Amino acid sequence: MKILSYFFIGIVFGVGLILSGMTLPLKVLGFLDIFGNWDPTLAFVMGAAVTTTTIGYQLILRRSSPVLENSFFLPTERVIDTKLLLGACMFGMGWGLVGFCPGPVLTAVSSLTTGTIAFVCAMFAGFWVAGLAK
Amino acid sequence: MYILQYSNAILGGATIGLAASLLLLLNGRVLGISGIAANIISGQSYSRKYSISFVCGLFLAGWTAFTLIPGALADSPVTDLKILALAGLLVGVGTRLGNGCTSGHGVCGLSRFSKRSLFATITFMASAIATVYLTQHIWELGQL
Repeated sequence: MKILSYFFIGIVFGVGLILSGMTLPLKVLGFLDIFGNWDPTLAFVMGAAVTTTTIGYQLILRRSSPVLENSFFLPTERVIDTKLLLGACMFGMGWGLVGFCPGPVLTAVSSLTTGTIAFVCAMFAGFWVAGLAK
Repeated sequence: MYILQYSNAILGGATIGLAASLLLLLNGRVLGISGIAANIISGQSYSRKYSISFVCGLFLAGWTAFTLIPGALADSPVTDLKILALAGLLVGVGTRLGNGCTSGHGVCGLSRFSKRSLFATITFMASAIATVYLTQHIWELGQL
């Protein structure tokens, strides 16, 4: 049941990313190009996603536990340190270089093009390297 | 055309929010795709099979759209494999050091009013905007 729920939510998330245009790197780069020919569309994606999630979270967290688990697993880390900001900075550089972030590229790699496969392989190599450092 | 563009953006964003809400409701977890994907390798956060299952769902959604709707997916305008690999590496290392990406910090973190996620989101947005500015307007690599 839990496995199926992850699979199903993965599909819903993928549909959201495709509908919103996040799987089109050129569009993403156009959104990030605020000093050029700026395309503001993706700001609406972010706005709608945050609004929906904020309302959803408020309602769900009134429950004592989730449906399929005994307790919630919310992040507990509170520290804002160099590691957080350096990591976010590196992530932004990669995102801005080609227009892919992790969710959209894992959706777009289903086209099995050389470029998306190269990005995904390098991303997993990055996960692995960073895991060693920890 | 413009109305369709914005309505798809809002509908797509709401669907992303629905997925994030469902993961909290059913499994009690925040939807951070970099964390989910990295857990396939590390298996540290929870059982690998759940992460694999989630990514398979994402792949299936992509593959179905790719098969049925022309133009639903696209490659990066950057085609140099060295740059694609460098970008992938930066995204992989960066999201692990910073514990999240657009979904985990940008959507779920902001929705939980997390100050940590707010700082992370401002940082990666600024860094991405600066990177696009440098590559497009200063070095004129000319992809857009």
